[in-house]
Amino acid sequence: MILRAAGVSKQFGSVQALRDVSLDVAPGERVALLGHNGAGKTTLFRIILGFIPADAGQVSVNGHLPGSTLARQHISYLPENVVFPKMLTGREIVSYYAKLKSADKAEVDVALEKVDLVDAADRRCGTYSKGMRQRLGLAQALVGMPKLLLLDEPTSGLDPLSRQRFYDLVSDIANAGAAVLLSSHGLSELEAKTDRVAILRRGALVANAPLAELQRSANLPVRIRIRSNLRDVEAVHQALGGDRVNGLSVEFSCLQPDKMARLSAISALGDAVNDVDVSPPNLDEIYRYFLTADETTEQIS
Amino acid sequence: MNAILAIAQTEIRIGVRNRWVVLSTLILLVFALLLVLLGSAPSGATKADSLSVMVASLSTLSVYLVPLIALLLSFDAIAGEIDRGTLQLTFASPVSRGQVLIGKFLGHVFVLGIAVLSGYGIAGAVAYWTGQHTGVEGIGDLVRLIVTSIALGATFISIGYVASASVRQTGTAAALAVAIWLFAVVLYDLALLGGLLASSDGLFAKTLFPYLLAANPADAFRVFNMAGIDMAGSATGLAANGSAMPFSPYLAIVSPFIWTGLGLVVSTVILKRIQP
Repeated sequence: MILRAAGVSKQFGSVQALRDVSLDVAPGERVALLGHNGAGKTTLFRIILGFIPADAGQVSVNGHLPGSTLARQHISYLPENVVFPKMLTGREIVSYYAKLKSADKAEVDVALEKVDLVDAADRRCGTYSKGMRQRLGLAQALVGMPKLLLLDEPTSGLDPLSRQRFYDLVSDIANAGAAVLLSSHGLSELEAKTDRVAILRRGALVANAPLAELQRSANLPVRIRIRSNLRDVEAVHQALGGDRVNGLSVEFSCLQPDKMARLSAISALGDAVNDVDVSPPNLDEIYRYFLTADETTEQIS
Repeated sequence: MNAILAIAQTEIRIGVRNRWVVLSTLILLVFALLLVLLGSAPSGATKADSLSVMVASLSTLSVYLVPLIALLLSFDAIAGEIDRGTLQLTFASPVSRGQVLIGKFLGHVFVLGIAVLSGYGIAGAVAYWTGQHTGVEGIGDLVRLIVTSIALGATFISIGYVASASVRQTGTAAALAVAIWLFAVVLYDLALLGGLLASSDGLFAKTLFPYLLAANPADAFRVFNMAGIDMAGSATGLAANGSAMPFSPYLAIVSPFIWTGLGLVVSTVILKRIQP
């Protein structure tokens, strides 16, 4: 494990920012840390970076105390809002952080190449677009061969195309052996591009599992919509139940285990059915489920 | 060491690119030239080296301008970087916070040094070629002025870091920097003058005053430079008292260096406690 956090708690005044959070990240793993604003994502990052101490619990980065020089040698960080000096070029900024990390000079060009900023590298970063600035931030995080990348909401405000490219990059980094822990507002932003999803709710970890497993355990109903014709729509509604929609359609939901039985019932109706749409719960619904589920809901791990 | 140089180099680069160097050079140069060209009238047909006369006026100018430029350079150094998120990045990297501060300090002193050197250097050259009785002695005075002005600037750069590190907002840091400047170069002198008027022969004037004067790095700078210029007549204001001091006025130059060290130590301590 490159990152180990066990039973981490942190209190700010009367606010319990983190309660008993345990999270491990292995080399090559991409873990998404989800939560609403103020759920404790940034607090956890700051503890991992050693900026603030935890009230309780242990954190280690590659076996070292957070904030120690040895831990910082293995960590790269991209804060949520970072504004680089507008007067400096992209290349100057990346080589500045490369020098701080005692990284090889050649790494600067490699990093700029990876984030596709070679053409803009010698332009002042004040002229960069939001997506380019975010990629510049990632480039500085790439130098120094970090074993753990902490990316705080790296894709917020990016358009879908840039976001996709960003996650492709993250996958490349993870494939090269680095662990990536990134935070995000919502599941849909992740586009299923991470190996594991951890969800923080008011400082507590309410989920920590691969996305498919979360989908299963949330056990949200599947929505099925059938298109029929004027003649048969009433008979279909009688046979299957659910709601009449738009005059010609019938819609109902069923639980995942019942799905196949319902589908064979639909196909038994033969010509009465023109078309069937099956929509599994979308990522936002799953996310909402974990954020609103009862406090007493068992933690899934 | 590499990291310190990288930080210093970046500060210098930013200082050059955002026209800081050019602007502060121009400010110093314009004021210095005004003193050179207009100030030659009062010296009239004395036997004094007009370069030395200029240095005497410039050292008073330095007391006001150099701390201001230094504070404007440094007030943003920490609070501003926290605001923009870049300090978090730097702190996440393996450099120590002390190294960060030293790097910034070297960079800022270099930027200020360029401005002082070129501003006063050009003005000095003009005075040398246009003035009367100019000689080696005047050049010595000018060099002393430039070197001590940079030292005075370094003092207020380090004090500016203390202001910048103690508050979270850039705006507050700016206000604090202006307050420090106002206190150090205006209010402090007024208070000392008030004290002198109240007890011109008492304990204050005889014992406390010289030490209080030397305790302020800006006043100490003026005392030192006035003592260096070998003409009692051109020494004016508070520094005129220098001859009656209980210690050699040359010792006063220790004060800005002590303050520089103090400022760096205090700001490092605060920086180490910052939780970005």
